Amino acid sequence: MRRLVFGLIVVLAVLHQDYWWWDSIDPLVLGFIPIGLAYHAGVSVVAALLWAMAIKYCWPDHLEDDMESGGTT
Amino acid sequence: MNPGQIAVVVIVCYLALLLGLGLFSSRFFKGTAADYFLASRGIGSFLLLMSLFGTTMTAFALVGSSGEAFNAGIGVYGKMASWSGIIHSACFFLIGIRLWSLGKRHGYVTQIQFFRDRFESDKLGLMLFPILVGLVIPYLLIGVISAGIVVESVTAGAFPSLFPNEEVARLNGSVPYALGAAVVCFVVMVYVFFGGVRGTAWANAFQTIVFMVLGCVAFFAIADELGGPAKATALVREYNPSRLKSEATTADTEVYERQMAAWEADRNKAVIKPQEPHSIPRLGYLTYLFIPLSVAMFPHLFQHWLTAKSAKSFRLSIVAHPLMIMIVWVPCVMIGVWATSAIVGGKPVIPPDFPNANAVLAIMVKKLTSPLLGGFLVAGILAAIMSSLDSQFLCIGSIFTNDIVAHYFTRDQLSDKQRVLYGRVFVVVIVVVTYLIAVTFRSRGVFPMAVWCFSGFASLFPLVFAALYWRRVTKAGAYACVLATAITWSWLFAKSGFGANRAFLFMEMMPVATIFGASTLALVVVSLVTKPPSSRTIEKFFGKGGA
Repeated sequence: MRRLVFGLIVVLAVLHQDYWWWDSIDPLVLGFIPIGLAYHAGVSVVAALLWAMAIKYCWPDHLEDDMESGGTT
Repeated sequence: MNPGQIAVVVIVCYLALLLGLGLFSSRFFKGTAADYFLASRGIGSFLLLMSLFGTTMTAFALVGSSGEAFNAGIGVYGKMASWSGIIHSACFFLIGIRLWSLGKRHGYVTQIQFFRDRFESDKLGLMLFPILVGLVIPYLLIGVISAGIVVESVTAGAFPSLFPNEEVARLNGSVPYALGAAVVCFVVMVYVFFGGVRGTAWANAFQTIVFMVLGCVAFFAIADELGGPAKATALVREYNPSRLKSEATTADTEVYERQMAAWEADRNKAVIKPQEPHSIPRLGYLTYLFIPLSVAMFPHLFQHWLTAKSAKSFRLSIVAHPLMIMIVWVPCVMIGVWATSAIVGGKPVIPPDFPNANAVLAIMVKKLTSPLLGGFLVAGILAAIMSSLDSQFLCIGSIFTNDIVAHYFTRDQLSDKQRVLYGRVFVVVIVVVTYLIAVTFRSRGVFPMAVWCFSGFASLFPLVFAALYWRRVTKAGAYACVLATAITWSWLFAKSGFGANRAFLFMEMMPVATIFGASTLALVVVSLVTKPPSSRTIEKFFGKGGA
């Protein structure tokens, strides 16, 4: 799962290069947002979702375990 | 009251509120250095999110985003904002949590302490000190100069008898630049002085809410005044269609030529003078991804990371950061794009050949909304400026106290009270020095420095990444990385006319790509051919299995 999540983040970074509608305005999302901007707003939303998955499946528990067993303040 | 006086009232109320909040936070101050510099490592999820977001988003998020969109179209969101959404969270997840953990375990307060320890080198700290401080200072100056300019321009006409200005008629009666900058510096200094990092976290949370809400309110008010968002976008399609996409086509050039001919034939009838079609260079767009990596090396962000109560406190920041960037940037980008073709009462909202794109948001708000909202927007812009300034002032004070005075002059024998005292004295000195430089050299010439500061920090990313994930990285490799960054950065900076060429690309790429490549290569090659770090250090940073 860990590899899948980080793999998806890499895929998102690749999909960030949206050259396919680099020179398009339409469709206008909600009637006023050009597709290029709406797509990237979507990239931000997907980034949030993927980072939420990273927290769920790739969380570095060992760092907190280490702190509980021998951390100092 | 005239609009300038309304702006003054709103600004004064806002700053008073902020001052009160900062002073109130100082009531929770425990009197220890750990509390002053790190809030006793007790900041929870929400405050951490707000302070990280407020610190990373400067005034650029409001005025710069709309200005860039005015000049280059909607592509600036993909280039600057959505990359940041992906990469900032990656830095929080991959770098921030680990540094927090090591900081808590070994008692670090500054980045330099960490690097000294990790690379078993005292002198590496001396090498990093001028570089880190040198890269933060222009960033600080940009904040102070922006604050002075904003206050001066929005209070125009407020007090003509008190502040007459015969040299610049449009600024007659406005609060002078030096006074505006002084008041903003004073407010920030007071809440940092008394509240330390807890004061900055509270103030940042408040300020982040202010500038996010005001950005959205301004968006709806402006859209309404332009006849609705669909109509505003339709006008852009008619006059400046290239601003609604990232790459201009021949059809856009034809529209430009047709509209320009109409404008030249009858300026009153044509209303809008079209802007030349603009395309974002593709390699420049791709290589902009290196810029947000700078957050991994910001010394002020390092300090905020260490304030977290637990690793779990990072979770909200990691998930919400891209969404918050979207909430702030999308409305501002749309306002900037609409500004290219906005018409009200048969006249353009932005005059033809308008040179100062960064003023576009303020003009749109001033002309299309009420003076009160205009005043609040200024408060929002100041909020964005101050929420970065406070952390930077504190972190420089912290670096001077912990890395220079405590480390070299007292061999780490300073008492808690002395550390707090030195920290506060340095905050005051840094605020005063920054203010004096900003007043003496009041120049917009410092603004292009922002991307160069970011490039410098981003190019040191390999250093922090390798320190956390690569056991084989060596002291010599770290020196080579820092040197390669300094040399390549200086060379490209000089090549760009010392920042004068704002569109400077090297081999069609952002210069940061080349500097980053050089620093990574130097780090890897030199590490591989030099003696590995001691097993004691490996064990300290990677655990017993790591040695």
